Amino acid sequence: MTTDQNEGVTFDNVGLRYGTDREVLSDVSFTLFPGSFYFLTGASGAGKTSLLKLLYLAQRPSRGAIRMFGTDVITLPRDRLPAYRRRLGVVFQDFRLVPHLSAFDNIALPLRVSGVREADLHKPVTDMLEWVGLSHRAEAHPATLSGGEQQRVAIARAVIGRPDMLVADEPTGNVDPDMALKLLRLFEALNRLGTTVVVATHDVHLLKKVPASLIMRLDKGRLSDPTGALRYPPRRSAMQPGNGSLEPDT
Amino acid sequence: MKKPPTLGSKTVRGLNPFGGEQAAQLVPHTRLAGPVPWVIAIMVALTVIAAAGGLAMSNVASNARAELAGGATVQIIEASASERNRQAAIAEQLLAEHPTVASVQRVSDEELNTLLEPWLGVGANNNEAVPVPALIDVRLREDITEGNLNTLRGLLASAAPAARIDAQSSWLGPIFSALSSLQWLAAALVILLGLTSAAAVWLAARTALGTNHDTIEVVHLLGGTDPQIARIFERSVGFDAILGGAVGLALGLVAILVLGGQFEQLGSGMIAGGGLGWVDWLLIALIPLAGVAVAVLTARLTVMGALRRML
Repeated sequence: MTTDQNEGVTFDNVGLRYGTDREVLSDVSFTLFPGSFYFLTGASGAGKTSLLKLLYLAQRPSRGAIRMFGTDVITLPRDRLPAYRRRLGVVFQDFRLVPHLSAFDNIALPLRVSGVREADLHKPVTDMLEWVGLSHRAEAHPATLSGGEQQRVAIARAVIGRPDMLVADEPTGNVDPDMALKLLRLFEALNRLGTTVVVATHDVHLLKKVPASLIMRLDKGRLSDPTGALRYPPRRSAMQPGNGSLEPDT
Repeated sequence: MKKPPTLGSKTVRGLNPFGGEQAAQLVPHTRLAGPVPWVIAIMVALTVIAAAGGLAMSNVASNARAELAGGATVQIIEASASERNRQAAIAEQLLAEHPTVASVQRVSDEELNTLLEPWLGVGANNNEAVPVPALIDVRLREDITEGNLNTLRGLLASAAPAARIDAQSSWLGPIFSALSSLQWLAAALVILLGLTSAAAVWLAARTALGTNHDTIEVVHLLGGTDPQIARIFERSVGFDAILGGAVGLALGLVAILVLGGQFEQLGSGMIAGGGLGWVDWLLIALIPLAGVAVAVLTARLTVMGALRRML
């Protein structure tokens, strides 16, 4: 079986600079294989958040090419980007829950945005609340939720639409180790359903918890890829969830 | 970790446009606690008053023009009362026989005295202390022109040499000019108030955008389209505008009715012609609706413009 890279995400010599400052990302090239699990690591200021912004289509690069699900998203007209954003789930570092909406309505937001009827909303949102262990907090507003609860609502909102790719920025940064592990298991469970997961973290201990994951290491805006596994992803058969071995596609 | 719940196969996306109450929830509503409805209410009230004033002046001018269009006044300017009366009688007879004249009526001495009372006092002119010209009101079958005035002048030249004929509309020329200026002023006020309302809504929409920037960005990144997000603000501003428009219309109507009543008490024939017709009331009723349309359109353009600055 050959890799169908069109279904994934490919960065080719991508550079990003804000204004006239120096590039925060330089010559970044990789392919995210569909259904795989990636950790994005690097010191503070290495460019993790900037790379994630490119991934969740909040920013266009200064140079290079990005293909997402078979489409060049750099040249894609602005009004066609929402359709691609709806295929993504994003967990923001600061959660970004809508403060005057309940946990239920926050989780339901992506479905409402994508046009799901109200009658079809209740069950998936209720199930999702149960999945993240917040059934009893459905009507609570973010200000009354603990950090861990807010984090789970943010994750539930990111995954409710069954995204093709989940992007999480330091999702365990504000929770204790036990909760961090629980959240990671949530991501793994979603990954087992075929969702590509990209988790940015500077917690090296977390990386060992998902043996099947690939590591993307950023250093001063450059992606470290000594084996070439990120640029030339292994064959699909070698990348089934739970299989940690990497076999470069030659 | 148990398997995450998945959307059922029957869950179809894209059928239900993101809108209504669910979408409106994204922007906290202040309703009457916020400034926007009150600003719109004041603007609509002022616009209603300005528009009513303009329409009333237009009606005054139209009625007066229609009334005076075929009217001319003959003055017999003669110091001798007997000669004045003689020439007036001849002039009255000649004019009545002329085919272009529809009616002729001499203004009686009693009427003249009544008209002069404010200046000369009661009974001051009974003994001819001040010679007053005899006045004859003439109605032509057609509008007054310089040509038919000259014809009448020729008719009276030999029989009533003291006669002087003027079109009634020429006396009121400066008044018509002033009324016309006031009408333009009212129209300019309506336009300025409309622009001010739009500017107020623009500022309010920008403020709301700034206040709710994080929410908007989240909806944007979740795949919300520009029109979806703009609709949220349109709905919010639309409600404020409907509320403000209704209050403004009520305030404006009260002001019009009070002012109308006071002008009616003046008892002036000219002002009595300034009443508003049903078309005028319909136009006035459309002002708050136009205000809502301007507010919603301004909100949409403001939000769409701001969103275009995001990717």
